[in-house]
Amino acid sequence: MSMNSTVAPGLGHALDISGTSPTPFSRLVRTELRKTWDTRAGLWLLIATAALTGVVMVIQLAVVVAQDLTVSYNDFLTSTNFSIALLLPVIGILLLTSEWSQRTAMVTFSLEPRRPLVILAKLVVGIGLAVAAVAIALVLATICNALYGLLSDFPVVWDLSVLQTLAFVLMQIIGMLTGFAFAALLLNSPAAIVLYMVYSFVLPGIFGLGAALIGWFEDLQPWIDFSDAQTPLIDASMSGEDWAHFAVSGVIWLVIPLAIGVLRVLRAEVK
Amino acid sequence: MRQGEGMITVERLTRKYGSFTAVDDISFVCQPGRVTGFLGPNGAGKTTTMRVMVGLTPPTSGQVTIGGHHYHDIPNPGRHVGVLLDASAQHAGRTGREILELGARTMGLPASRVDEMLELVSLTPTEAKRRLRNYSLGMKQRLGIAHALLGDPSVLILDEPANGLDPAGIRWMRGLLKGYAERGGTVLLSSHLLHEVEQIADEMILIGHGRIVAQGDKKSLLAGAASGAASFVTALDNEALTKALEAKGIGVSAAGEGLRVETETVEIGRTALESGIVLTDLRAADGGLEDLFLELTSQTQREAVAS
Repeated sequence: MSMNSTVAPGLGHALDISGTSPTPFSRLVRTELRKTWDTRAGLWLLIATAALTGVVMVIQLAVVVAQDLTVSYNDFLTSTNFSIALLLPVIGILLLTSEWSQRTAMVTFSLEPRRPLVILAKLVVGIGLAVAAVAIALVLATICNALYGLLSDFPVVWDLSVLQTLAFVLMQIIGMLTGFAFAALLLNSPAAIVLYMVYSFVLPGIFGLGAALIGWFEDLQPWIDFSDAQTPLIDASMSGEDWAHFAVSGVIWLVIPLAIGVLRVLRAEVK
Repeated sequence: MRQGEGMITVERLTRKYGSFTAVDDISFVCQPGRVTGFLGPNGAGKTTTMRVMVGLTPPTSGQVTIGGHHYHDIPNPGRHVGVLLDASAQHAGRTGREILELGARTMGLPASRVDEMLELVSLTPTEAKRRLRNYSLGMKQRLGIAHALLGDPSVLILDEPANGLDPAGIRWMRGLLKGYAERGGTVLLSSHLLHEVEQIADEMILIGHGRIVAQGDKKSLLAGAASGAASFVTALDNEALTKALEAKGIGVSAAGEGLRVETETVEIGRTALESGIVLTDLRAADGGLEDLFLELTSQTQREAVAS
């Protein structure tokens, strides 16, 4: 349109958006990843997760060597359930809730109004961090098991199968996703963290007690206790019925909260 | 290109919260090359309107288009529409520089753009390294304006951008936005303070209680309230001027060292010329627009509601 060459770009009543491509998904993921470590709190949470994993293993190593116990590679890895499994969901929660508590959602969603993509980018980051955490745990467990071989008189057992590793990864991803689901449901950091801690530490006890005391509840419990349903994953011994328990309780504790929560974020008025 | 429409077009926009109507069937346009001031008392519906513009709040009815598009349909919208809704709505633990860095990365801009913007809003490298929780409101506003300008947009939507700026900062922003509009950009900025807006805006939209009570440029707004036109004048011989004006049936009263005259400045100048009186000061009575603003929004002022 050269007939009006004196008009500067922008001096029209329409926006020419033909030359602008939508923000690529990979860029959203990179930005979301950056948000997990670009504050002191975020950075220290990541460092603390890795450090705690190392500390737990070193303590375990010291104890088993001092007391002449036999352990295997898998035992070292399982101990990370006290560190990674505790803090990964918190990272998952903060991925989402910090946007609301710090009110950055206003900026995030005005720079990318396609909210489903933003949420998906956050999920990808969460899953990526879970996989990275498992990788770190595997390396640390390898180092500890090798040291155990040097320090103790027992033979070193390398007993981790590919299947077990995959099951371990799955467990950590589920933990992350559950945290994320609670976060989307509540959109409030402390409330989501408390709910997650109750869910993972208090609820299994109540379920166990209920199953022990009430006859009919014992039959119901496997279908609604998601933590319990994941137990066979630890040694990769899931049977057909285990998978059924896993699926049903997973729908209750993961799929439904995640669906309601995501729907809420998509529709929420951002203030 | 749709002629006769604005760059920002608000059409019959309504937003209700339960029984409360925050924005009540408003329509207006913002033209490119002009600064449009969105003026109204606190709680009048300015922020809600602006949030609807950028898709953060869904409208109950009506719509807003920017350059003919719904905000949601603009790809990489930061490259077209610069938004500053709340300068404090940033992570308190991020440095100023990091906040711009995140914006630049989301929009796919080179890192050099961050330095350019920091320089534009006069945030020093040391200040840019500080975390937002240590920023004054004025610094947050500068950072927010830098963030809005990052993507070199052709439309700016700024909610209370002068809030917290010192007088020098307000003057700086006025120059910045005027220059931006002169280059063809569209600016919509809100304020609850008249004097902030009247010096910078080419066009004004007055809103009260969710409804637009008046709109137009300063001159036409004042013309609408022409009956209230008044001037302040001081002459070497005030007495002679008073006589000459009263002879024409114009009301005159003493005001400080000079006179308050119930007419426009041009009439006083003419009278002085005819009578050969030397004027030392002549100006339109300040607050003409302010009176109008208060009058138009008076039914909606909180004080009025209370009484």
